[in-house]
Amino acid sequence: MKWFQICTIEILQPERGVAALVDGTQVAVFRTFDDSLYAVGNRDPIGKAQVMSRGIVGTRGTAPTVASPLHKQVYDLRTGECLDLPGIRIPTYPVRCVDGRVEISVT
Amino acid sequence: MKHLVVAGYGMVAQRFLEAMRQRDAEGAWRITVLAEEGRPAYDRVRLTSWFDGEDLDLGGPPAGVDVRLGTPAVSVDRANRTVNGSIPYDALVLATGSRPFLPPFEGSALPGVFVYRTVEDLKAIKEWASGCRVGAVLGGGLLGLEAANALKGLGLETHVVEFAPRLMPMQVDEGGGAVLKRHIEALGVTVHTGRSCGSLTKGAMHFADGGSLAVDIVVVAAGIRPRDELVDLIRGTRGGYLVDEACRTEDEAIWAIGECAALQGVCYGLVAPGYAMAEVVADRLTGGAAVMAPPDTSTKLKLLGVDVASFGAPHGEGLDVVVSDQINGVYAKLLLTDDAQTLLGGILVGDASSYPTLRACVGGPLPGSPLSVLSGQTSVALSGTAQVCSCHAVSKDHVSSAIAGGCGDVACLKACTKAGTGCGSCVPLLKQLLVEGGVKLSKALCEHFAYSRQELFDIIHIRGATSFTALIGEFGTGRGCDICKPAVASILASMSSGYILDGEQAALQDTNDHFLANIQRDGTYSVVPRIPGGEITPEKLIAVGEVARDFGLYTKITGGQRIDLFGARVEQLPQIWRRLVDAGFESGHAYGKALRTVKSCVGSTWCRYGVQDSVGLAVDLELRYRGLRAPHKIKAAVSGCARECAEARGKDFGVIATETGWNLYVGGNGGFRPRHADLFLADVSTEVLVRTIDRFLMYYIRTADRLQRTASWIESLDGGLDHLREVIVDDSLGLCAELDAMMARHVASYSDEWRDTLEDPKRLARFVSFVNAPDTPDPDISFSVERGQRVPA
Repeated sequence: MKWFQICTIEILQPERGVAALVDGTQVAVFRTFDDSLYAVGNRDPIGKAQVMSRGIVGTRGTAPTVASPLHKQVYDLRTGECLDLPGIRIPTYPVRCVDGRVEISVT
Repeated sequence: MKHLVVAGYGMVAQRFLEAMRQRDAEGAWRITVLAEEGRPAYDRVRLTSWFDGEDLDLGGPPAGVDVRLGTPAVSVDRANRTVNGSIPYDALVLATGSRPFLPPFEGSALPGVFVYRTVEDLKAIKEWASGCRVGAVLGGGLLGLEAANALKGLGLETHVVEFAPRLMPMQVDEGGGAVLKRHIEALGVTVHTGRSCGSLTKGAMHFADGGSLAVDIVVVAAGIRPRDELVDLIRGTRGGYLVDEACRTEDEAIWAIGECAALQGVCYGLVAPGYAMAEVVADRLTGGAAVMAPPDTSTKLKLLGVDVASFGAPHGEGLDVVVSDQINGVYAKLLLTDDAQTLLGGILVGDASSYPTLRACVGGPLPGSPLSVLSGQTSVALSGTAQVCSCHAVSKDHVSSAIAGGCGDVACLKACTKAGTGCGSCVPLLKQLLVEGGVKLSKALCEHFAYSRQELFDIIHIRGATSFTALIGEFGTGRGCDICKPAVASILASMSSGYILDGEQAALQDTNDHFLANIQRDGTYSVVPRIPGGEITPEKLIAVGEVARDFGLYTKITGGQRIDLFGARVEQLPQIWRRLVDAGFESGHAYGKALRTVKSCVGSTWCRYGVQDSVGLAVDLELRYRGLRAPHKIKAAVSGCARECAEARGKDFGVIATETGWNLYVGGNGGFRPRHADLFLADVSTEVLVRTIDRFLMYYIRTADRLQRTASWIESLDGGLDHLREVIVDDSLGLCAELDAMMARHVASYSDEWRDTLEDPKRLARFVSFVNAPDTPDPDISFSVERGQRVPA
């Protein structure tokens, strides 16, 4: 598995996302309140624009979530599953923090 | 398996198919539907809303039904029991509806003459009407006024011609008709009652009693006639297949439902009796013995924004109570039996809020004195058999047992009982029954907070909470969502006026507030600099133009008298705003739930009619309230005279100049549900005006729901406008000093968000396309060119 460094962990503000361009793929990266990291596709499959990194982060039940900033559909950050429209999902990517640097794999 | 053929596929046939699916669980019947129109059944009651682009779909046929669109039944062989020569049937249900009645006058076949029945009719009307100036509707009944509404919506000067001496002669009496006519004429529709069309020639309609009218389009809505020509069966005296109380014709294999049926001799042109017939026939075909109850012909509708309702039998003999309030345009009549013990029927025009309870009381006693019931002062205890929903014949007992069985909200009641899923007029009654049933309607903002926005506001205000984490830790659960986070961010901003994106607050904001710009469909943003009152120097106008040109931004003038620049990528926003701030602009807050603009007409400075300086006041008000965060956006306007060129009565607050001061209007709205603002103060000084607006806005910010505009906020206040006047003019709650202080704090601490952002490198850091490639544009954004400007590809 090939890992790409994208930024330092301090740049990621809790409960806010950033977009990263990883080997040509647009990825939305989130740091939640409990300092977990999640990486999902940046493309909103319903609004069809690269905007997921700009959604509001929160929870639904126990699931960490992000809401599309275009039409507010909510996605489970762990699985990419859309919680409002069954059957729709966004891709998820492995993400980790090594020595204060955030790394993503898209292969 | 037996074969059932349904001739016709309108609303009643749809209802019949749904009833069959429910009752015929074993699948004893195979069903074929022969439909004339090329589309499945749609909601003809709401036909006019097709012009607003609304979906009239009723859900299509149930699974397994063979629907043949565009294939009407054209012949029936009763002896061999076949339709169209080759389709055999064991039972035939006629649901062929009715056709518009065309009175026999000369010229009725000219191009530009239409009827109002199907979506295809509406398409033809819309196509013909473009470029037309004047339209006339023949017929001032329910359908005619719907058609007039449509013509008006298409921008035509509209006339309604009604042969009877009043509008809606079938539903209302003379007094109600007069009030209705005044309402409708106030909307700019010309009403000709007691007149009829003698003939039409190209471009003109000639009245039977002399005189003529230049018209470009004529819509005939002079009633309907049952379509009863398919099968030769006994008909009612006024047409329609004669059916008995089981909706069966003289042929025991043939049934008729809806507008083509003459139930014991009478045809009904309303959907509710048709639905009842559909249920009866479905029950009979599945072994039941249902019979028709006397049909309920009550109707309530909103025509051209005017409530009109009639229920029971309002035209018969008995004792009547009539309230005619010409000042407020309200008319009500109740008809009771001679002993005054039983309500027979009634008519409501202008205000139909008491309709659901009154309709349910028909056939029984009134629950209070007639006047107190009409004014809504008596809460009504309904009998168990009273019909709550007449569209689906749902009784109060049925609703109550659903509530006892666990239904906890209107949505659940709709699903369990079907009540409220027809015309929807009984929904307020359903809410009342829920409350009576001990159900507490949830005010919870979302799953994270069990409080309403107003309660959260008070908690934050009293506890002085300054962070979301502290608030949700003590008063909520989880980590929030896209509903509660922006709501809390808005409350915190209303209270502190500090920079909205520092620290944890940044994580609460919607993307628009987060990037201080408006997100568009392709993920780019639009930029709106503030142009107070719509007044701008040529130099600043040139500066905006240069910025738009240099960044290739699509440019459009907004309805609020400013300029919107579209197509800016996230990483371009600081560069664009650097240029705008240098040219003297500041944030327009078009991205925020905040004050947007104070629109103005040119006023006494230039206008020969103006009586006050409307531009000066608009600029002052816009600068006073700029940046004020609220439950929803706030729009305002100032007009320099009663001609009202600034359209102030369509705004959250509007000011109209008088000879000696200003009139203040509040609670107006454009948008989805237009509402004219109500006059709140007359002829006041600028000082009183501004103080009142201060309090109005602050009281709104403190007490409104999330995303509730001032219009529905005022409607939701107990006591409405009078309550508002007591609180912010008479200071009945002793709150005014606090409201004044809140506004003073806002005005003193205002600071331009974009200037503050540009001055701080930390705040600028978020404006990058990619965290690992800050200047690489999103490769998925592309543009094409339309009318000389860039638009999303």
